[in-house]
This record gives sequence, structure tokens and C-alpha cells, in this order.
Amino acid sequence: MSDMIVRLNLPRTDFALQVDLSLPLHGITVLFGASGSGKTSVLRCVAGLEKARDARIAIGEEVWQDDAKGLFVPTHQRAMGYVFQEASLFTHLDVMGNLRYALKRSRSAQSGKSLETAIELLGIAHLLQRQPAQLSGGERQRVAIARALATDPRVLLLDEPMAALDQARKQDILPWLERLRDELHIPMVYVTHSSDELARLADHLVVLDRGKVQAAGPAQAVMTAIEPAVVVGQDAGALLQGQVVAIDAPWHLAQVSFPGGALWVRDSGLKVGQAVRLRVLAQDVSLTTEEPRNTSIQNHLPCVVDAIAADAHASQCLIRVRCGESFLLARITRRALAVLNLQVGSVAWVQVKSVAIVQ
Amino acid sequence: MDHETLQAIWLTLQLATATTLVLLTVATPLAWWLSQTQSPWRAPVGALVTLPLVLPPSVLGFYLLVVMGPQGPLGQMTQALGWGVLSFSFTGLLIGSVIFSLPFAVQPLQHAFEALGPRPMEVAATLRASPLDAFFSVALPQAQSGLITAAILSFAHTVGEFGVVLMIGGNIPGQTRVVSTQIYGHVEAMEYTQAHWLAGGMVLFSFAVLMGLALLKNRHSRVWP
Repeated sequence: MSDMIVRLNLPRTDFALQVDLSLPLHGITVLFGASGSGKTSVLRCVAGLEKARDARIAIGEEVWQDDAKGLFVPTHQRAMGYVFQEASLFTHLDVMGNLRYALKRSRSAQSGKSLETAIELLGIAHLLQRQPAQLSGGERQRVAIARALATDPRVLLLDEPMAALDQARKQDILPWLERLRDELHIPMVYVTHSSDELARLADHLVVLDRGKVQAAGPAQAVMTAIEPAVVVGQDAGALLQGQVVAIDAPWHLAQVSFPGGALWVRDSGLKVGQAVRLRVLAQDVSLTTEEPRNTSIQNHLPCVVDAIAADAHASQCLIRVRCGESFLLARITRRALAVLNLQVGSVAWVQVKSVAIVQ
Repeated sequence: MDHETLQAIWLTLQLATATTLVLLTVATPLAWWLSQTQSPWRAPVGALVTLPLVLPPSVLGFYLLVVMGPQGPLGQMTQALGWGVLSFSFTGLLIGSVIFSLPFAVQPLQHAFEALGPRPMEVAATLRASPLDAFFSVALPQAQSGLITAAILSFAHTVGEFGVVLMIGGNIPGQTRVVSTQIYGHVEAMEYTQAHWLAGGMVLFSFAVLMGLALLKNRHSRVWP
């Protein structure tokens, strides 16, 4: 499968943005980093809204910028959709006017169909006659996404589309995004600094820090790699892809098995056989050297210590453990590490205090 | 109302309408350029556009007279082209009015364009609109209130001009005599009643224009619930 190539240099006041990425043209790629790490600039360069230096930006066989050949395709000729951080609907047009604006200018014969599908998938059919000012923040962003899709883009670029929304409104839009990912076959590049959004949406992950790529690869692998986990900070944790194998109805629990073990999670109406994605935060994982007994913590698994790294604060460290084929992260104090005498290769038990179902 | 007064009112309206149309055509691209450019020419061009605001109309009128007169460079050119001399003609008056009211058209437009910020144009570009397309389909409609303000101010300011008109138009009935110079004529001739009627009409007209403008601004800045 062809890839999206993003290689660029962009000097900024405090650091130089330098990336060289090859991103898959399927699923959702999350560009993750703290504010000011340069992730939005990368997206703007891909869209041609900013002009990087020594750049090569190509999507499959279509080249959008190649400074070696002096090629720069202007934004309006790039087959991409762009969703801005804050409301970007044209206030002089109603919702339908906004959607038609994109439709009229699209060069694709498929656009009409793309728009119909987008209106359906994003649930905005009842909003078409409204003015942008009469929409909630979440509705506005859904319209903006539908408008971007109406151009029938080859890739959809989203720049923190939920940053301006409060927590409740985010729940207004996340499920719709997941629907888009599952039902449309348009690759998305999604910029965010929220680890929640990352955990729910990422198939592929790029971690940026001060303009440099810290890690890039499949989300599950990158999430449990130890160096980027330090960058992710407080919300560092593992993603596990699993399947519901049992329901313990009286106790409202469900068992999810994944390659290398099984965990009990809260049953929120799950069905046996259903695929789920679990998120286990490093701070909810502790280690013991003996099999835990008489503990309130329901989930414990045997594991092998795989890697140890210093954490942001000197009192703590991050430990990566392997359970069968899967990896988990644990955040413990360095004193505990010394007392338990844990080293790479040590056999131990992980206790998992809390597991979140993110899908 | 006598024939001469009606003629002066009619000429004033013609002049103001023509000036407004010419100004919107000239000022819109100029204001857009001023709002977008980072060129070193921005400051001098901006100052030049604002100059008529601070110069005495007589200074402006004097130079226009010199340039358009039979010996002036523009006068020489128009004569060579067989158009005759522009000074003391309606066309000359129109040129003078356009220059005199230029800042009144450029500034509201420039402010409206600057207030848009870069985002609407970026959004339009991501939706496949070429820069020219985006200008007409996004920038102009979104700067609508600036456009209306520019038009109203240009019109009203032209109706109210006196010095430039007198300098380059003289006071030829039916050709270059407008309301303001007509009032001047009445006063010179001690015809105070006629002067009162016209002057009072001007006051009412100007008040109505400014009042309308204020109401319009209110409507545009109203916040949605």
C-alpha cells in the first residue's frame, strides 16, 4: 500500500521543526505532542498553508511539494480536507450553504455521494437550514468535517478538532469520528495533545517533542515503547486490542482476553465475542514479586520485566513488562524498584487497578 | 424651488453616485492589498491614501488644477487625446471627488478585511477555492459591513465637499455647481432664505446618513443567542 511522505524543515523561533515521516494511507494517524511541539505546523505544511523548507510532501504518487524540483502545489489544488481547531464555518452562509461551497468547487464526480454519506454518518441532516451561530460547538465541528469530506479528499487532516470543546461536547463528536473511521475509507491525520483522544482513535501514532519525532509506528507498539511514554507523561499507558470472552452477570463484570492474558473490566453492556480496545494507565499498574493473594485488585498477571526508564520526576520510573505477546507499562517509585530488586528479565506479577474500555 | 437649485441637487446626486461607484471599484482592491501585504510599500501607500484626510481641500484642489489644467501633464495628455481640458468639467470634478474621498472608502474596507484575519481565506483554500474565487465568495461577503460603510461615507462625503469643487470645478450652473457651492452663491448674493432651505436640507441629510450607519453597525454586531 502506498504511503504519505512528509519530510520537511521549518525554522521556528524556539526550535527547528524537522520531520521525516512515512504515514500509512489507511486508518487514523495521530500526531501527538504537547502544545508548541510543532504538530499543527506539520499539518499546515501538508495542507500547503505554510511553506516548509527542503520539503517533500507526497500522497501516494501525487506530489504536493518537492523543493528538490521547485514544486509547490497551492492549497486549493491539493486533494485534502482540513478541519480547523475552532469554528471555521462561513458565517455568511447557512449550514447547507457551507456544504455546497465545498461541493461546487470539488473536482471529483464522487463528491455528491461523499457529501450525502457524510451528512448521514455525522448526523447533521436536521441542521442543514440553520445558521452557524445557532449550532453548538460539537455540531459546528461535525458540519466542518462534513464540509471537508464534500470535496472527496484523499486524506482528511484534523487539527485538534475538539480542543475548543468542553468534556461533554467532546462526547458529542468522538463517536461520530469513530463511525467515520469505520465506515469510510479515507485516511485521517489527527493532531491532538489529549491522550484520551489518542487512546480512542489512534491506529498509527507519531509522538512529537520540540519539533522532533520521538516515535512513530502502530499505536499499540508506540504506546508501550518506553521513551515516548515519558513524553506522554501523566497519561502514559498501554493500549490492548482484545475480545470479550465471558460475562459475569451477577457482578457486572466482563472478561476481555488479549494475546498474553485476560482482564476483568466493568460490564457496560458488552457482548461475548465483541472486539474492544482497552487502555491501562501506567499509574494504575503495580508490581509484586510473588503472586498476589487476598487482594482487592481483581486483575493480576504474570510478567517479565522488559525495560526500565527514568521518569520525568526523579522519584519515579517507568517499567515495561511483557505478558505473553502484549506489553504493559507500570509507573512505580525508584525505591520500590530497588527494594524489589527488579531488573530487565526479572519475573514478576502485575496488578492492574483499573482498566478503561476506550472503544 | 427654482430651476438652478434643482439642477444643483441633481448634479450633486450624480456626482456622489459616480464617485461612490468609482471609489468602490478602486478602493476595494487597494484596501485588500493594504490589509494583506507585508511589502515595504505598505506604509507609504497607506499614508498617501490618508493624505486627503488631513490636507486642506484648497491644497488638493490647487494641485489637481495644476495637473489637469491646459499646461499640466494630465491636461496635455487629455488634450492630445482630443478630450479637451478636464478642469471646470464634470469629469474633472469626479476625479477630484474620488481622490478627496479615497480615505473614506479605503479605511472602512481595510479595517473590515483586517478584522477577518487569515482564517476564512485559509478555509476557502482548503475547500478548493482559488485566491480570486475566495476573495469574491468569502472575503467580500464577510466584509459586507465595511463595504456598506465605505459606500455610505463616500457618498455623504462627496455630497458635503466644497473646497475641492470650488477650486477645480468653479461654479458653473448645470455643469459643476453642486449644492454646497449653490449655498455659497446664495450667501454671497444675500439670498438667506434659499440658503437656509438648502443648508437645513444638508444637515438633515447628513444626520440621517450617520444615524443609519450607526443603526446598521448595531445590527451587524448583534450577538446571537
